[in-house]
Amino acid sequence: MRSEIVFRIRRQDGPQEPSYVQEFRLNYRPNLNIIACLQEIARHPVDASGKATSPPVWDCSCLEEVCGACTMLVNGVPRQSCSTLIDSLPSGPIELAPLTKFPVVRDLMVDRKPMFEALKQIHGWIPIDGTHDLGPGPRRPSDQARISYVFSRCMTCGCCMEACPNYDGKDPSQFIGPAPLGQTHYFNTNPIGAMNAGERLDAVMGRNGLTGCGNAQNCVEVCPKEIPLTDAIAQLNRQANRHWLTTLFGR
Amino acid sequence: MSSKPRIIVVGGGLAGLMTVIKVAERGCPVDLFSIVPVKRSHSVCAQGGINAAVNIMGENDSPEIHYYDTVKGGDFLAHQPLCRGMAYDAPSIIYLLDRMGVPFSRTSEGNLDFRRFGGTLHHRTAFAGASTGQQLLYALDEQVRRFEAQGLVTKHEGFEFLSPVLESPEGPCRGIVAMDLRTMKVQAFRADAVVMATGGPGLVYGRSTNSMINTGSAAAGCYRAGVRYANGEFIQIHPTAIPGEDKMRLMSESARGEGGRVWVPKKKGDTRPPAEIPESERWYFLEEKYPRFGNLVPRDIGAREIYHVCVDLGMGLDGEQKVYLDLTHKSREFLDRRLGAILEIYEQFVGDDPRTVPMKIFPAVHYSMGGLWVDYEPTADGMIDKSSPKNHMTNIPGLYAAGECEYQYHGANRLGANALLSCIYAGTLAGPSSVIFAENLDCLAADLDAGLYERSASKWEKRFEEIARMDGPENPHKLHRELGETMIANVTIVRENDKLRQTDQKIQELMERWKKIGVTDRSQWSNPEIPFVHQLWNMLELARVITLGALQRDESRGAHYKPEFPERDDANWLKSTIATWSPEGPVLTYEPVDISISEPVARHYD
Repeated sequence: MRSEIVFRIRRQDGPQEPSYVQEFRLNYRPNLNIIACLQEIARHPVDASGKATSPPVWDCSCLEEVCGACTMLVNGVPRQSCSTLIDSLPSGPIELAPLTKFPVVRDLMVDRKPMFEALKQIHGWIPIDGTHDLGPGPRRPSDQARISYVFSRCMTCGCCMEACPNYDGKDPSQFIGPAPLGQTHYFNTNPIGAMNAGERLDAVMGRNGLTGCGNAQNCVEVCPKEIPLTDAIAQLNRQANRHWLTTLFGR
Repeated sequence: MSSKPRIIVVGGGLAGLMTVIKVAERGCPVDLFSIVPVKRSHSVCAQGGINAAVNIMGENDSPEIHYYDTVKGGDFLAHQPLCRGMAYDAPSIIYLLDRMGVPFSRTSEGNLDFRRFGGTLHHRTAFAGASTGQQLLYALDEQVRRFEAQGLVTKHEGFEFLSPVLESPEGPCRGIVAMDLRTMKVQAFRADAVVMATGGPGLVYGRSTNSMINTGSAAAGCYRAGVRYANGEFIQIHPTAIPGEDKMRLMSESARGEGGRVWVPKKKGDTRPPAEIPESERWYFLEEKYPRFGNLVPRDIGAREIYHVCVDLGMGLDGEQKVYLDLTHKSREFLDRRLGAILEIYEQFVGDDPRTVPMKIFPAVHYSMGGLWVDYEPTADGMIDKSSPKNHMTNIPGLYAAGECEYQYHGANRLGANALLSCIYAGTLAGPSSVIFAENLDCLAADLDAGLYERSASKWEKRFEEIARMDGPENPHKLHRELGETMIANVTIVRENDKLRQTDQKIQELMERWKKIGVTDRSQWSNPEIPFVHQLWNMLELARVITLGALQRDESRGAHYKPEFPERDDANWLKSTIATWSPEGPVLTYEPVDISISEPVARHYD
């Protein structure tokens, strides 16, 4: 059992600044998560050597693992810092670092804008006719809605993008990444979304699309919501082949 | 003169996004400001569902019953026409969300499924697993992204709202001042109407079920600029949450909607594990006292009964304000399908499996019924005139508010699953109203003199330069914690005038100490501490509004309960509290409640 909690936090004052590691020590209490520790450091911003410093900057909002904001590398693994309990980690020093596939804003905070841009590329929406009253939507089998729900829990947290060996944060023209492909599948399996599935397939059949996936399966390993991303990619591949043939030979 | 007006929407939760969609649909360009990427807004935290009397379950439910449940749930403090308008529009809102792709849970026939929630006897709550808010927010976020791709919506994410830009103290509102949280630059933005949709002030209480962004600071910024703040003292305490050092995590009312039972051991201080306590030795106090509604009494009553059992009778688990919420009699398959997401949260943070061990839950600060004062235009038959620019306008022309940051719909107590509905309905009103207002302006903001904007921005630049230089002994995060502890101790379930007076003294003491803050981070790049110091001042301002509103109101109504005045007092207190900002503190006045549709009656759930 630990008597104190030691953090080694990778810090960076700005996007162009060099990074460095700073150590912090806290008294141990049970049931702490990483956010509660970072909050305590902010109330008493003094590093392990006793030197006053600025509180490390991190991103967070809901603290219930549903907003996706607080992703960071905890001992090298991408995960939500709100749902990472200190008691679940090995007793040595805890290393916190920003995600590496996204530009660092400051300290542990990164810019995940490329993920939101990718949702535009895949046409990530149902093209409804308007918000005026058009009566009930289509009936859906309960099982289908349940599968859809699994994909709708993607909170754009970036864990899968970080873990994917084919996603290169510096050059998004290489591979769009697992999360947007999971969303493509999500919209294409919606009864209304299916009506323009071709549009979305076209969007992921280009240079940075489906062919970029090397099937390493890392994404499903780290997804905090256990979204079956590789299944989605496999199904998209089949649909893409069919779509390619129908466009080639006409209907 | 430029042809099209521009609208600014501040906040990207359900209310803000629905407003944006309605404005963009009319071809009007929108600037959408948010602290976080809008997909991370606090609406994601809503779990249980959204109410609409679709009557798929064949229970003779109707919008009229939904309306009445809502005003009765609010202890008759809500203005009735808006509640009625909301209840009547609810079914079409659910259909719209369904068409947008929300993966609502379904019946075996493929219809929308509905479950029970507090304060009604009908199955009226549509849901998507147990993360309904997240699914609804994503659906609206996707529609906004579609408009963004078309160039109609410009997102400004990572901006802190500071103040509206007013042409004169009485208005009209001509834009906003906001801070870019990365560059720390303060800037004024032009708009022909502004809609605030900035959520609730949970962080005034330190730890609550709210997200870390819910400081109420943006609403306080409007209040400080002259917008009236109404019914501030009505703060909802949710009966069931999981305590943590960083926050209180919500355990949705849907757990009770799906059959969860609240109990404590009949024997005080019984240390046996719950499974070893036989049925006959368990006290299901809600079911006993409220045979009709049982565990699904409204939240104010649920929280008060738990307080009574734990504090007055001393029968709480481990001697604390803690009771069992028991789902262990339900099958694992049923629970995973209907409540999976919230049971995962409990398992993750507490370590016990709620499918086999009863959950231990606490009451926690959850929602503000009060907020910015907004208007509406009723019709002769008790509905809402949707062609009016008055709907959701504050007392400042051209400045609107929608969602938890305003005070309509919920009166003295909100019913579960009415929040998502009220946010979306408010957006369907505020969007068109703001456009109608802007279209009727003589002169658009684009044509106004730049001086107004330069003056507004420079006032705030100076304020932030001062904050950045603060070098006193106080730590802002510690002051925030003290504020939260005081507010939780004295301005939650039970309110006593002595303690309320002391609390106001304490807040004023914290305001003095605020001036002696020392900023520990002096960076001028992405520095969260400097805006936090600003937010903290605004939280202190709202804390006074909440506390003094509670002190004045010598009655008990909804979430506001005073043992010294245990009854509702319609003769003296059937009125909205209106707080107006002054340098000396809030000035309280009162105005009548619109009870033109239903006569208030005593509120019973037994």
